[in-house]
Amino acid sequence: MTPPDQVLVVGASAAGVSTVEALRRKQYSGEITVLGAETHAPYDRPPLSKQVLSGAWAPDKAELRTREMLSALEAEFVLGDSAIALDPAARTVQTAAGRTLRADAIVIATGVRPRTLPHDDLVGVHVLRTLDDSLALRADLLISRRLVVVGEGVLGAEIAATARTLGLDVTMTGPQSAPMALQVGTVVSQVLAELHTERGVRLRLGAGVRSLVGAGGRVAGVELGTGEVLPADVVVVAIGAIPATEWLEGSGLLLDNGVVCDSRCRAAEGIYAVGDVARWHHDHFGELIRLENRTNATEQAMAVAAVIVGEDRPYAPVPYFWTDQFDAKLQVHGVLRADAEVDIVEGQTSARRFVARYRSAGVTTGVLGWNMPKQARLHRQEVVDALTVPIS
Amino acid sequence: MKVIVDEEKCVAAGQCVAASMEVFDQRDDDGIVVLLNENPPAELADDVRHAAAVCPALAISIEE
Repeated sequence: MTPPDQVLVVGASAAGVSTVEALRRKQYSGEITVLGAETHAPYDRPPLSKQVLSGAWAPDKAELRTREMLSALEAEFVLGDSAIALDPAARTVQTAAGRTLRADAIVIATGVRPRTLPHDDLVGVHVLRTLDDSLALRADLLISRRLVVVGEGVLGAEIAATARTLGLDVTMTGPQSAPMALQVGTVVSQVLAELHTERGVRLRLGAGVRSLVGAGGRVAGVELGTGEVLPADVVVVAIGAIPATEWLEGSGLLLDNGVVCDSRCRAAEGIYAVGDVARWHHDHFGELIRLENRTNATEQAMAVAAVIVGEDRPYAPVPYFWTDQFDAKLQVHGVLRADAEVDIVEGQTSARRFVARYRSAGVTTGVLGWNMPKQARLHRQEVVDALTVPIS
Repeated sequence: MKVIVDEEKCVAAGQCVAASMEVFDQRDDDGIVVLLNENPPAELADDVRHAAAVCPALAISIEE
């Protein structure tokens, strides 16, 4: 199979830029065009809830690559224009500005958009996905006293920690019983709850949000399902994200919680998906999965670049994500199932330095490190070894 | 090849170690990157480029 003459990458964030880099590192010499909806030079998202939000970093420190590195890729970057339609047979993408871009291979890397709550255009209600979101939230935090974070997942917990460090009165609310309960389970989320509480974050968990309350056009509170109203000068809604696939409706691609792909991340002949938007068949798990994390963006991009240049291999990574909140650095390798048996295999939770092993049916499926990143990485091998055991 | 690591950007993921354990390690206490060899030999160059590419914090720069 000869490599395609041109590649079009739709999306200029981590997954898109990584795809271009990976193609060039594979000595791909064809034309590459990258289409990005945002006008900013490509930037990294993890710092948006941490260093950029806190002001520790100026926004340009979050750039994905320097201008020199981007131009060394010899790709055409078309920024500030969105893809609005795809014709897989013709291999064309229509853009909002009226362009028609054509390539033999198209890589969809359009990511996700945040879920929102109805709020009747009240001022002071934020989501956090883009650099503009982060800067707008930061500006509001600096003039506010009370923040309510709606959402107790990874993003909500990070924003709560950052805002608390900035000195705001912070309340976190969400339906789970503890911060990140869905992501890390009972044992570790309890430690996280203790950490947040010690640092002064108020937890109002185990309840959903009924509505946002306003006064004079500005948000004034968050009404819970219990009836309690949490007063707020500013609110962040961090309740998850939806794959950005609206532009692909009518294209003929299978869209089901992302762009559905085979084990090679291929959605159709010549059409691939990478990063947050991709839902592909993971051979080890034996099912479709979609990962919303930073390392998958780059690893999947590398896998797709390899397939494009003719290396036919499935993409079956060991998932990984990290989160930093206050002085806690959490690292997760593999999958932490909700019903897993959790053992502390190094350190102690009371010392706030430990590695937790998650086993399902006696098989280690994931490990979590809390301020023990090196040790967690070493325990990752158990997860890898377990994957070589055939799963029926 | 000259390798430069930015400890401030490092998030202690350890992917660099997995990519090139002769050139990168992690500190025992906080997992921050330790550069073992600032000028790795040619036979390690590809692994080091891979390490720079996979670093989720973009903390590794290379001067060829």
